[in-house]
Amino acid sequence: MHNTRTIFLREIRSFFNSPMAYIFLVTFAIFNGYFFTSTFFLYNQSDLRSLFSVVPMVYLIFVPAISMGLIAREKNIGTMETIATLPLKTYEFVLGKYLAAISLILLGLVATIIHLFTLMKFGSKIDYGALLTGYIGLAFVGSMYASIGTFASSITDNQVVAFIIGVFIVLVFFLMGFFLPLVPSSFAGIIQYLSVDYHYSNISRGVIDTRNLVYFFSVIGFFLTMTVQSLEVRKWK
Amino acid sequence: MIKVSDLSKNYGDVEAVKSINFEIKDGEVVGFLGENGAGKTTALKMITGYLVPTSGMVEVNDLNISDHAFEIQSQIGYLPELNPLYPEMTVYEYLEFIANLRKISGKRFRDALSSVVDKCGLQGVVHKQISSCSKGYKQRIGLAGSMIHDPKILILDEPVTGLDPNQIVEIRQLIKSLGREKLVLMSSHILQEIQATVDRIMIIHQGEIVANGTNDELMSNFRGNTLLNLEVKNATDSSLKDLPVAVPNMNVVNVEERTGRHIIQIEYGQEVDPREDLFNYAVRSGWAILKMTPTTTDLEDIFRKLTTEDKVNA
Repeated sequence: MHNTRTIFLREIRSFFNSPMAYIFLVTFAIFNGYFFTSTFFLYNQSDLRSLFSVVPMVYLIFVPAISMGLIAREKNIGTMETIATLPLKTYEFVLGKYLAAISLILLGLVATIIHLFTLMKFGSKIDYGALLTGYIGLAFVGSMYASIGTFASSITDNQVVAFIIGVFIVLVFFLMGFFLPLVPSSFAGIIQYLSVDYHYSNISRGVIDTRNLVYFFSVIGFFLTMTVQSLEVRKWK
Repeated sequence: MIKVSDLSKNYGDVEAVKSINFEIKDGEVVGFLGENGAGKTTALKMITGYLVPTSGMVEVNDLNISDHAFEIQSQIGYLPELNPLYPEMTVYEYLEFIANLRKISGKRFRDALSSVVDKCGLQGVVHKQISSCSKGYKQRIGLAGSMIHDPKILILDEPVTGLDPNQIVEIRQLIKSLGREKLVLMSSHILQEIQATVDRIMIIHQGEIVANGTNDELMSNFRGNTLLNLEVKNATDSSLKDLPVAVPNMNVVNVEERTGRHIIQIEYGQEVDPREDLFNYAVRSGWAILKMTPTTTDLEDIFRKLTTEDKVNA
Protein backbone atom coordinates (compact mmCIF):
# COMPACT_ATOMS: atom_id res chain seq x y z
CA MET A 1 0.00 0.00 0.00
CA HIS A 2 2.95 2.26 0.72
CA ASN A 3 4.16 2.01 -2.89
CA THR A 4 0.67 2.55 -4.29
CA ARG A 5 0.43 5.72 -2.23
CA THR A 6 3.80 6.98 -3.50
CA ILE A 7 2.79 6.37 -7.13
CA PHE A 8 -0.63 7.93 -6.47
CA LEU A 9 0.78 11.08 -4.90
CA ARG A 10 3.34 11.55 -7.65
CA GLU A 11 0.64 11.25 -10.30
CA ILE A 12 -1.69 13.68 -8.56
CA ARG A 13 1.16 16.13 -8.20
CA SER A 14 1.98 15.70 -11.87
CA PHE A 15 -1.68 16.39 -12.80
CA PHE A 16 -1.64 19.64 -10.90
CA ASN A 17 1.90 20.66 -11.89
CA SER A 18 0.83 20.59 -15.52
CA PRO A 19 -2.19 22.35 -17.05
CA MET A 20 -3.86 18.92 -17.37
CA ALA A 21 -5.94 18.95 -14.20
CA TYR A 22 -7.04 22.56 -14.56
CA ILE A 23 -8.03 22.18 -18.20
CA PHE A 24 -9.98 19.07 -17.32
CA LEU A 25 -11.78 20.57 -14.35
CA VAL A 26 -12.67 23.81 -16.11
CA THR A 27 -13.84 22.34 -19.41
CA PHE A 28 -15.68 19.54 -17.62
CA ALA A 29 -17.55 22.13 -15.58
CA ILE A 30 -18.33 24.27 -18.66
CA PHE A 31 -19.61 21.33 -20.72
CA ASN A 32 -21.80 19.99 -17.97
CA GLY A 33 -22.96 23.42 -16.95
CA TYR A 34 -23.98 24.27 -20.49
CA PHE A 35 -25.89 21.07 -21.15
CA PHE A 36 -27.48 21.12 -17.73
CA THR A 37 -28.74 24.69 -17.74
CA SER A 38 -29.83 24.65 -21.37
CA THR A 39 -32.62 22.22 -20.56
CA PHE A 40 -33.04 22.67 -16.80
CA PHE A 41 -35.54 25.51 -17.03
CA LEU A 42 -37.42 23.92 -19.94
CA TYR A 43 -38.06 20.67 -18.10
CA ASN A 44 -39.20 22.62 -15.10
CA GLN A 45 -38.56 19.68 -12.79
CA SER A 46 -36.90 19.60 -9.40
CA ASP A 47 -34.14 17.16 -10.24
CA LEU A 48 -30.74 16.89 -11.85
CA ARG A 49 -31.87 14.42 -14.49
CA SER A 50 -30.44 16.43 -17.34
CA LEU A 51 -27.08 16.53 -15.56
CA PHE A 52 -27.14 12.82 -14.90
CA SER A 53 -27.81 12.08 -18.54
CA VAL A 54 -25.17 14.40 -19.93
CA VAL A 55 -22.23 13.50 -17.67
CA PRO A 56 -21.85 9.90 -18.94
CA MET A 57 -21.56 11.32 -22.47
CA VAL A 58 -19.05 13.94 -21.46
CA TYR A 59 -17.11 11.12 -19.75
CA LEU A 60 -16.75 9.36 -23.10
CA ILE A 61 -14.14 11.91 -24.12
CA PHE A 62 -12.91 13.25 -20.81
CA VAL A 63 -12.08 10.05 -18.97
CA PRO A 64 -9.90 8.60 -21.74
CA ALA A 65 -8.24 12.03 -21.97
CA ILE A 66 -7.36 11.98 -18.28
CA SER A 67 -6.10 8.43 -18.30
CA MET A 68 -4.29 8.37 -21.65
CA GLY A 69 -1.03 9.62 -20.16
CA LEU A 70 -1.02 7.47 -17.02
CA ILE A 71 1.23 4.72 -18.33
CA ALA A 72 1.84 5.64 -21.99
CA ARG A 73 3.78 8.70 -20.89
CA GLU A 74 6.01 6.69 -18.56
CA LYS A 75 6.74 4.38 -21.46
CA ASN A 76 7.35 7.28 -23.79
CA ILE A 77 9.83 9.16 -21.62
CA GLY A 78 11.45 5.91 -20.46
CA THR A 79 10.70 6.18 -16.75
CA MET A 80 8.79 2.90 -17.06
CA GLU A 81 12.19 1.23 -17.07
CA THR A 82 13.18 2.97 -13.85
CA ILE A 83 9.88 1.96 -12.26
CA ALA A 84 10.07 -1.63 -13.52
CA THR A 85 13.54 -2.13 -12.06
CA LEU A 86 12.59 -0.84 -8.62
CA PRO A 87 11.41 -3.35 -6.04
CA LEU A 88 7.79 -2.51 -6.75
CA LYS A 89 4.95 -4.83 -7.74
CA THR A 90 3.25 -4.06 -11.03
CA TYR A 91 -0.20 -4.05 -9.46
CA GLU A 92 0.91 -1.47 -6.88
CA PHE A 93 1.98 0.77 -9.73
CA VAL A 94 -1.22 0.24 -11.73
CA LEU A 95 -3.41 0.78 -8.69
CA GLY A 96 -1.65 4.03 -7.76
CA LYS A 97 -2.10 5.33 -11.30
CA TYR A 98 -5.74 4.26 -11.43
CA LEU A 99 -6.62 5.82 -8.09
CA ALA A 100 -5.05 9.09 -9.21
CA ALA A 101 -7.23 9.10 -12.34
CA ILE A 102 -10.45 8.43 -10.44
CA SER A 103 -9.58 11.05 -7.86
CA LEU A 104 -9.45 13.66 -10.57
CA ILE A 105 -12.72 12.39 -12.06
CA LEU A 106 -14.44 12.50 -8.67
CA LEU A 107 -13.12 16.00 -8.14
CA GLY A 108 -14.75 17.03 -11.42
CA LEU A 109 -17.95 15.42 -10.23
CA VAL A 110 -17.82 17.27 -6.93
CA ALA A 111 -17.60 20.53 -8.88
CA THR A 112 -21.00 19.79 -10.49
CA ILE A 113 -22.60 20.03 -7.05
CA ILE A 114 -22.86 23.74 -7.82
CA HIS A 115 -25.87 22.84 -9.96
CA LEU A 116 -27.48 21.38 -6.87
CA PHE A 117 -27.49 24.86 -5.36
CA THR A 118 -29.26 26.16 -8.45
CA LEU A 119 -31.79 23.41 -7.97
CA MET A 120 -32.24 24.20 -4.27
CA LYS A 121 -32.74 27.84 -5.10
CA PHE A 122 -35.43 27.33 -7.74
CA GLY A 123 -36.83 23.88 -7.03
CA SER A 124 -39.10 22.44 -4.40
CA LYS A 125 -39.68 18.97 -2.95
CA ILE A 126 -36.23 17.80 -3.97
CA ASP A 127 -35.62 14.06 -3.70
CA TYR A 128 -32.19 13.98 -2.09
CA GLY A 129 -32.05 10.19 -2.14
CA ALA A 130 -32.33 10.16 -5.94
CA LEU A 131 -29.60 12.79 -6.15
CA LEU A 132 -27.31 10.71 -4.00
CA THR A 133 -27.80 7.53 -6.01
CA GLY A 134 -27.39 9.53 -9.21
CA TYR A 135 -24.01 10.69 -8.06
CA ILE A 136 -23.08 7.17 -6.93
CA GLY A 137 -23.98 5.94 -10.42
CA LEU A 138 -21.82 8.61 -12.03
CA ALA A 139 -18.92 7.72 -9.75
CA PHE A 140 -19.19 4.08 -10.82
CA VAL A 141 -19.37 4.91 -14.52
CA GLY A 142 -16.37 7.24 -14.21
CA SER A 143 -14.38 4.62 -12.32
CA MET A 144 -15.22 1.97 -14.89
CA TYR A 145 -14.20 4.20 -17.79
CA ALA A 146 -11.00 5.09 -15.97
CA SER A 147 -10.07 1.41 -15.71
CA ILE A 148 -10.57 1.11 -19.47
CA GLY A 149 -8.49 4.25 -20.03
CA THR A 150 -5.73 2.90 -17.78
CA PHE A 151 -5.65 -0.29 -19.80
CA ALA A 152 -5.54 1.62 -23.10
CA SER A 153 -2.65 3.67 -21.73
CA SER A 154 -0.71 0.53 -20.86
CA ILE A 155 -0.66 -1.00 -24.34
CA THR A 156 1.09 1.83 -26.18
CA ASP A 157 3.68 4.51 -25.57
CA ASN A 158 1.73 7.04 -27.58
CA GLN A 159 -0.82 9.09 -25.64
CA VAL A 160 -2.91 9.88 -28.72
CA VAL A 161 -3.16 6.20 -29.57
CA ALA A 162 -4.05 5.46 -25.94
CA PHE A 163 -6.79 8.08 -26.11
CA ILE A 164 -8.29 6.69 -29.30
CA ILE A 165 -8.24 3.11 -28.03
CA GLY A 166 -9.74 4.29 -24.75
CA VAL A 167 -12.58 6.18 -26.45
CA PHE A 168 -13.25 3.21 -28.69
CA ILE A 169 -13.60 0.64 -25.88
CA VAL A 170 -15.62 3.03 -23.74
CA LEU A 171 -17.93 3.70 -26.71
CA VAL A 172 -18.51 -0.01 -27.19
CA PHE A 173 -19.73 -0.34 -23.62
CA PHE A 174 -21.73 2.85 -23.90
CA LEU A 175 -23.47 2.07 -27.21
CA MET A 176 -24.19 -1.57 -26.46
CA GLY A 177 -27.53 -0.72 -24.91
CA PHE A 178 -28.65 1.21 -27.97
CA PHE A 179 -28.11 -1.74 -30.26
CA LEU A 180 -30.21 -3.97 -28.08
CA PRO A 181 -33.23 -3.98 -30.46
CA LEU A 182 -30.98 -5.09 -33.31
CA VAL A 183 -29.48 -8.20 -31.74
CA PRO A 184 -31.09 -11.67 -31.74
CA SER A 185 -33.12 -12.25 -28.61
CA SER A 186 -30.83 -15.06 -27.47
CA PHE A 187 -27.99 -12.53 -27.12
CA ALA A 188 -30.10 -9.71 -25.83
CA GLY A 189 -29.68 -10.70 -22.18
CA ILE A 190 -25.91 -10.75 -22.36
CA ILE A 191 -25.70 -7.53 -24.33
CA GLN A 192 -28.01 -5.85 -21.89
CA TYR A 193 -25.98 -7.05 -18.94
CA LEU A 194 -22.75 -5.78 -20.53
CA SER A 195 -24.20 -2.40 -21.40
CA VAL A 196 -23.09 0.26 -18.98
CA ASP A 197 -26.26 2.26 -19.43
CA TYR A 198 -28.43 -0.54 -18.05
CA HIS A 199 -26.55 -0.66 -14.75
CA TYR A 200 -26.10 3.07 -14.52
CA SER A 201 -29.80 3.78 -15.02
CA ASN A 202 -30.69 1.18 -12.40
CA ILE A 203 -28.42 2.79 -9.85
CA SER A 204 -29.46 6.34 -10.65
CA ARG A 205 -33.09 5.36 -10.33
CA GLY A 206 -32.24 4.48 -6.77
CA VAL A 207 -32.13 0.71 -7.18
CA ILE A 208 -28.66 -0.32 -6.08
CA ASP A 209 -28.72 -4.02 -6.77
CA THR A 210 -25.78 -6.34 -6.13
CA ARG A 211 -25.92 -7.28 -9.83
CA ASN A 212 -25.08 -3.71 -10.71
CA LEU A 213 -22.27 -3.52 -8.19
CA VAL A 214 -20.87 -6.85 -9.35
CA TYR A 215 -20.95 -5.53 -12.92
CA PHE A 216 -18.97 -2.39 -12.17
CA PHE A 217 -16.48 -4.08 -9.88
CA SER A 218 -15.88 -6.94 -12.29
CA VAL A 219 -15.36 -4.69 -15.33
CA ILE A 220 -12.95 -2.52 -13.31
CA GLY A 221 -11.19 -5.61 -11.99
CA PHE A 222 -10.96 -7.08 -15.48
CA PHE A 223 -9.38 -4.04 -17.08
CA LEU A 224 -6.96 -3.43 -14.22
CA THR A 225 -5.87 -7.07 -14.36
CA MET A 226 -5.41 -6.72 -18.12
CA THR A 227 -3.30 -3.63 -17.47
CA VAL A 228 -1.05 -5.50 -15.07
CA GLN A 229 -0.77 -8.36 -17.55
CA SER A 230 0.08 -6.11 -20.47
CA LEU A 231 2.89 -4.57 -18.43
CA GLU A 232 4.16 -7.92 -17.20
CA VAL A 233 4.21 -9.50 -20.64
CA ARG A 234 6.77 -6.93 -21.84
CA LYS A 235 9.49 -8.68 -19.83
CA TRP A 236 9.07 -11.82 -21.88
CA LYS A 237 9.03 -10.22 -25.30
CA MET B 1 29.11 -10.11 -7.20
CA ILE B 2 27.43 -10.62 -10.54
CA LYS B 3 27.61 -13.98 -12.28
CA VAL B 4 26.12 -14.53 -15.69
CA SER B 5 25.94 -18.02 -17.17
CA ASP B 6 24.92 -18.90 -20.72
CA LEU B 7 22.68 -15.88 -20.84
CA SER B 8 20.67 -15.49 -24.06
CA LYS B 9 17.90 -13.26 -25.26
CA ASN B 10 15.96 -13.51 -28.48
CA TYR B 11 13.64 -10.84 -29.79
CA GLY B 12 11.54 -12.94 -32.11
CA ASP B 13 14.03 -14.34 -34.59
CA VAL B 14 16.79 -11.93 -33.66
CA GLU B 15 19.35 -13.24 -31.20
CA ALA B 16 20.30 -10.10 -29.32
CA VAL B 17 22.47 -11.85 -26.74
CA LYS B 18 24.00 -15.24 -27.46
CA SER B 19 24.95 -17.34 -24.48
CA ILE B 20 27.29 -14.97 -22.69
CA ASN B 21 29.26 -15.82 -19.56
CA PHE B 22 31.12 -13.57 -17.17
CA GLU B 23 31.67 -12.82 -13.52
CA ILE B 24 32.27 -9.51 -11.82
CA LYS B 25 33.62 -9.32 -8.29
CA ASP B 26 32.76 -6.74 -5.67
CA GLY B 27 34.70 -3.55 -6.03
CA GLU B 28 35.45 -4.03 -9.72
CA VAL B 29 34.63 -1.39 -12.32
CA VAL B 30 33.84 -3.20 -15.53
CA GLY B 31 32.89 -1.79 -18.91
CA PHE B 32 30.78 -3.30 -21.61
CA LEU B 33 32.14 -2.08 -24.91
CA GLY B 34 30.35 -2.64 -28.17
CA GLU B 35 28.82 -0.98 -31.15
CA ASN B 36 25.23 0.20 -31.05
CA GLY B 37 23.01 -2.85 -31.23
CA ALA B 38 25.72 -5.24 -30.05
CA GLY B 39 23.58 -6.45 -27.15
CA LYS B 40 24.97 -4.36 -24.29
CA THR B 41 21.67 -2.84 -23.25
CA THR B 42 19.81 -6.13 -23.55
CA ALA B 43 22.36 -7.83 -21.31
CA LEU B 44 22.09 -5.06 -18.71
CA LYS B 45 18.30 -5.18 -18.84
CA MET B 46 18.38 -8.88 -18.00
CA ILE B 47 20.74 -8.33 -15.07
CA THR B 48 18.43 -5.66 -13.65
CA GLY B 49 15.34 -7.82 -14.10
CA TYR B 50 13.73 -5.56 -16.70
CA LEU B 51 13.77 -8.40 -19.22
CA VAL B 52 13.44 -12.11 -18.62
CA PRO B 53 16.22 -14.09 -20.34
CA THR B 54 15.30 -16.54 -23.10
CA SER B 55 17.72 -18.93 -21.44
CA GLY B 56 20.62 -18.86 -19.02
CA MET B 57 21.04 -17.46 -15.56
CA VAL B 58 21.87 -14.25 -13.77
CA GLU B 59 23.08 -14.45 -10.19
CA VAL B 60 23.66 -11.40 -8.05
CA ASN B 61 25.28 -11.99 -4.66
CA ASP B 62 24.38 -15.69 -5.01
CA LEU B 63 20.69 -14.94 -5.61
CA ASN B 64 19.09 -16.07 -8.83
CA ILE B 65 17.16 -13.32 -10.61
CA SER B 66 14.30 -15.55 -11.70
CA ASP B 67 13.47 -16.36 -8.06
CA HIS B 68 14.71 -13.30 -6.22
CA ALA B 69 14.13 -10.36 -8.54
CA PHE B 70 12.98 -8.12 -5.69
CA GLU B 71 15.97 -8.78 -3.43
CA ILE B 72 18.31 -8.23 -6.36
CA GLN B 73 16.56 -5.05 -7.43
CA SER B 74 16.92 -3.76 -3.87
CA GLN B 75 20.67 -4.26 -4.05
CA ILE B 76 21.19 -2.77 -7.51
CA GLY B 77 21.18 0.83 -8.61
CA TYR B 78 20.37 1.13 -12.29
CA LEU B 79 20.68 4.05 -14.65
CA PRO B 80 18.83 3.10 -17.85
CA GLU B 81 19.98 4.21 -21.28
CA LEU B 82 19.07 7.82 -22.13
CA ASN B 83 18.61 8.57 -18.43
CA PRO B 84 14.82 8.85 -18.15
CA LEU B 85 13.54 11.45 -15.66
CA TYR B 86 10.26 13.21 -14.94
CA PRO B 87 10.84 16.71 -16.35
CA GLU B 88 8.04 18.34 -14.35
CA MET B 89 9.41 17.31 -10.95
CA THR B 90 12.04 19.12 -8.95
CA VAL B 91 15.26 17.29 -8.19
CA TYR B 92 14.19 16.97 -4.57
CA GLU B 93 10.77 15.57 -5.48
CA TYR B 94 12.29 13.07 -7.88
CA LEU B 95 14.84 11.78 -5.40
CA GLU B 96 12.19 11.63 -2.68
CA PHE B 97 9.91 9.66 -5.01
CA ILE B 98 12.61 7.11 -5.84
CA ALA B 99 13.67 6.90 -2.19
CA ASN B 100 10.08 6.31 -1.06
CA LEU B 101 9.70 3.45 -3.51
CA ARG B 102 12.85 2.04 -1.96
CA LYS B 103 11.28 2.39 1.50
CA ILE B 104 13.54 5.23 2.53
CA SER B 105 11.81 8.16 4.21
CA GLY B 106 12.12 10.65 7.03
CA LYS B 107 15.53 10.96 8.62
CA ARG B 108 16.98 8.16 6.49
CA PHE B 109 15.91 10.01 3.35
CA ARG B 110 17.45 13.28 4.51
CA ASP B 111 20.75 11.49 5.21
CA ALA B 112 20.66 9.65 1.88
CA LEU B 113 19.78 12.88 0.08
CA SER B 114 22.66 14.85 1.51
CA SER B 115 25.00 11.97 0.73
CA VAL B 116 24.03 11.69 -2.98
CA VAL B 117 23.81 15.46 -3.41
CA ASP B 118 27.35 15.60 -2.13
CA LYS B 119 28.68 12.71 -4.22
CA CYS B 120 26.98 13.78 -7.44
CA GLY B 121 27.61 17.48 -6.99
CA LEU B 122 23.95 18.50 -7.01
CA GLN B 123 24.30 21.39 -4.56
CA GLY B 124 22.43 24.36 -5.93
CA VAL B 125 19.96 22.48 -8.13
CA VAL B 126 18.11 20.47 -5.47
CA HIS B 127 15.00 22.64 -5.67
CA LYS B 128 15.19 23.28 -9.39
CA GLN B 129 12.79 21.69 -11.84
CA ILE B 130 14.48 18.85 -13.72
CA SER B 131 13.42 20.22 -17.11
CA SER B 132 15.40 23.40 -16.47
CA CYS B 133 18.64 21.57 -15.59
CA SER B 134 21.46 21.13 -18.09
CA LYS B 135 22.17 17.76 -19.63
CA GLY B 136 25.20 17.22 -17.43
CA TYR B 137 23.13 17.91 -14.33
CA LYS B 138 20.36 15.61 -15.56
CA GLN B 139 22.89 12.84 -15.86
CA ARG B 140 23.97 13.47 -12.28
CA ILE B 141 20.35 13.52 -11.15
CA GLY B 142 19.82 10.16 -12.82
CA LEU B 143 22.93 8.81 -11.13
CA ALA B 144 21.82 10.23 -7.79
CA GLY B 145 18.45 8.51 -8.21
CA SER B 146 20.11 5.21 -8.99
CA MET B 147 22.25 5.34 -5.83
CA ILE B 148 19.91 6.96 -3.32
CA HIS B 149 19.68 3.62 -1.47
CA ASP B 150 23.47 3.27 -1.39
CA PRO B 151 23.54 0.06 -3.45
CA LYS B 152 26.58 -2.19 -3.53
CA ILE B 153 26.10 -2.63 -7.27
CA LEU B 154 25.67 0.11 -9.84
CA ILE B 155 24.67 -0.62 -13.42
CA LEU B 156 24.99 2.32 -15.78
CA ASP B 157 23.88 2.09 -19.38
CA GLU B 158 25.76 4.60 -21.54
CA PRO B 159 26.20 7.09 -18.70
CA VAL B 160 28.08 9.71 -20.74
CA THR B 161 26.24 9.70 -24.04
CA GLY B 162 25.36 13.16 -25.24
CA LEU B 163 27.51 15.06 -22.77
CA ASP B 164 30.10 17.65 -23.71
CA PRO B 165 33.79 16.87 -23.10
CA ASN B 166 33.94 18.68 -19.75
CA GLN B 167 30.83 16.95 -18.49
CA ILE B 168 32.23 13.62 -19.67
CA VAL B 169 35.34 14.15 -17.59
CA GLU B 170 33.21 15.04 -14.55
CA ILE B 171 30.97 12.00 -14.85
CA ARG B 172 33.98 9.79 -15.52
CA GLN B 173 35.64 10.99 -12.34
CA LEU B 174 32.42 10.45 -10.44
CA ILE B 175 32.13 6.86 -11.68
CA LYS B 176 35.76 6.22 -10.82
CA SER B 177 35.30 7.50 -7.31
CA LEU B 178 32.15 5.40 -6.90
CA GLY B 179 34.13 2.40 -8.07
CA ARG B 180 36.25 2.55 -4.93
CA GLU B 181 33.39 1.22 -2.84
CA LYS B 182 30.96 -0.32 -5.32
CA LEU B 183 30.80 -2.84 -8.10
CA VAL B 184 30.17 -0.77 -11.23
CA LEU B 185 29.12 -2.24 -14.55
CA MET B 186 28.82 0.37 -17.25
CA SER B 187 28.33 0.21 -20.97
CA SER B 188 29.54 2.44 -23.74
CA HIS B 189 30.16 2.41 -27.43
CA ILE B 190 32.99 4.88 -26.98
CA LEU B 191 36.29 3.14 -26.50
CA GLN B 192 38.19 6.04 -24.96
CA GLU B 193 35.42 6.36 -22.40
CA ILE B 194 35.66 2.77 -21.30
CA GLN B 195 39.44 2.81 -21.35
CA ALA B 196 39.61 5.88 -19.15
CA THR B 197 37.05 4.73 -16.62
CA VAL B 198 37.12 1.00 -15.99
CA ASP B 199 39.45 -1.68 -14.62
CA ARG B 200 38.28 -4.39 -16.96
CA ILE B 201 36.77 -4.33 -20.43
CA MET B 202 34.36 -6.78 -21.99
CA ILE B 203 33.96 -6.31 -25.71
CA ILE B 204 30.60 -7.49 -26.94
CA HIS B 205 29.90 -8.01 -30.61
CA GLN B 206 26.74 -9.34 -32.22
CA GLY B 207 25.54 -10.62 -28.87
CA GLU B 208 28.74 -12.43 -27.95
CA ILE B 209 31.60 -11.47 -25.66
CA VAL B 210 34.62 -11.49 -27.94
CA ALA B 211 37.19 -10.21 -25.45
CA ASN B 212 37.35 -9.88 -21.67
CA GLY B 213 40.29 -8.50 -19.72
CA THR B 214 42.15 -5.46 -18.47
CA ASN B 215 43.45 -2.93 -20.95
CA ASP B 216 46.95 -4.44 -20.76
CA GLU B 217 45.72 -8.01 -21.07
CA LEU B 218 43.75 -7.16 -24.17
CA MET B 219 46.71 -5.35 -25.63
CA SER B 220 49.10 -8.25 -25.10
CA ASN B 221 46.59 -10.84 -26.29
CA PHE B 222 45.61 -9.06 -29.41
CA ARG B 223 48.69 -7.05 -30.26
CA GLY B 224 49.35 -7.63 -33.91
CA ASN B 225 52.39 -6.67 -35.92
CA THR B 226 54.01 -3.28 -35.81
CA LEU B 227 53.71 -1.09 -38.84
CA LEU B 228 56.67 1.15 -39.59
CA ASN B 229 56.48 4.11 -41.90
CA LEU B 230 59.84 4.92 -43.37
CA GLU B 231 60.28 8.04 -45.43
CA VAL B 232 63.56 8.26 -47.38
CA LYS B 233 65.25 10.38 -50.01
CA ASN B 234 67.73 9.33 -52.72
CA ALA B 235 66.52 5.72 -52.90
CA THR B 236 67.30 3.93 -56.14
CA ASP B 237 64.98 1.30 -57.54
CA SER B 238 67.58 -1.45 -57.18
CA SER B 239 68.35 -0.66 -53.55
CA LEU B 240 64.64 -0.66 -52.85
CA LYS B 241 64.29 -4.04 -54.51
CA ASP B 242 67.12 -5.48 -52.41
CA LEU B 243 65.66 -4.23 -49.14
CA PRO B 244 63.61 -7.33 -48.25
CA VAL B 245 66.64 -9.55 -48.87
CA ALA B 246 69.14 -7.40 -47.03
CA VAL B 247 67.10 -6.85 -43.85
CA PRO B 248 65.64 -9.99 -42.27
CA ASN B 249 62.52 -10.40 -40.07
CA MET B 250 60.33 -7.92 -41.85
CA ASN B 251 58.02 -7.48 -44.81
CA VAL B 252 57.73 -4.57 -47.13
CA VAL B 253 54.04 -3.86 -47.33
CA ASN B 254 53.99 -0.93 -49.66
CA VAL B 255 56.31 1.49 -51.42
CA GLU B 256 55.05 4.83 -52.57
CA GLU B 257 56.96 7.43 -54.50
CA ARG B 258 56.43 11.12 -53.93
CA THR B 259 58.58 13.60 -55.87
CA GLY B 260 61.98 12.16 -55.13
CA ARG B 261 61.01 10.68 -51.78
CA HIS B 262 59.83 7.19 -51.03
CA ILE B 263 57.44 6.18 -48.31
CA ILE B 264 58.05 2.57 -47.42
CA GLN B 265 55.63 0.69 -45.19
CA ILE B 266 57.22 -2.14 -43.28
CA GLU B 267 55.60 -4.71 -41.02
CA TYR B 268 57.33 -6.80 -38.37
CA GLY B 269 56.39 -9.08 -35.50
CA GLN B 270 56.32 -8.38 -31.78
CA GLU B 271 59.49 -10.27 -30.93
CA VAL B 272 61.86 -8.55 -33.38
CA ASP B 273 63.02 -5.01 -34.00
CA PRO B 274 64.66 -4.56 -37.41
CA ARG B 275 65.02 -0.82 -37.10
CA GLU B 276 68.77 -0.88 -36.56
CA ASP B 277 69.30 -3.12 -39.59
CA LEU B 278 67.09 -0.80 -41.60
CA PHE B 279 69.16 2.18 -40.57
CA ASN B 280 72.40 0.47 -41.50
CA TYR B 281 71.03 -0.63 -44.83
CA ALA B 282 69.87 2.89 -45.55
CA VAL B 283 73.34 4.24 -44.81
CA ARG B 284 74.97 1.60 -47.00
CA SER B 285 72.61 2.41 -49.87
CA GLY B 286 73.07 6.14 -49.53
CA TRP B 287 69.47 6.89 -48.47
CA ALA B 288 68.66 9.85 -46.34
CA ILE B 289 66.08 8.93 -43.73
CA LEU B 290 63.53 11.69 -43.30
CA LYS B 291 61.12 9.92 -41.01
CA MET B 292 60.79 6.61 -39.21
CA THR B 293 57.51 6.16 -37.31
CA PRO B 294 56.34 2.89 -35.85
CA THR B 295 52.59 2.53 -35.22
CA THR B 296 51.74 -0.20 -32.75
CA THR B 297 48.28 -1.68 -32.47
CA ASP B 298 46.22 -0.01 -29.77
CA LEU B 299 42.94 -0.97 -28.21
CA GLU B 300 41.10 0.86 -30.91
CA ASP B 301 42.57 -1.41 -33.57
CA ILE B 302 41.74 -4.42 -31.45
CA PHE B 303 38.21 -3.19 -31.02
CA ARG B 304 37.84 -2.46 -34.69
CA LYS B 305 39.28 -5.82 -35.61
CA LEU B 306 37.02 -7.72 -33.22
CA THR B 307 33.87 -5.88 -34.14
CA THR B 308 34.23 -5.71 -37.90
CA GLU B 309 35.49 -9.19 -38.62
CA ASP B 310 32.12 -10.55 -39.68
CA LYS B 311 31.45 -7.62 -41.93
CA VAL B 312 34.79 -8.11 -43.64
CA ASN B 313 34.12 -11.80 -44.15
CA ALA B 314 30.64 -11.22 -45.41
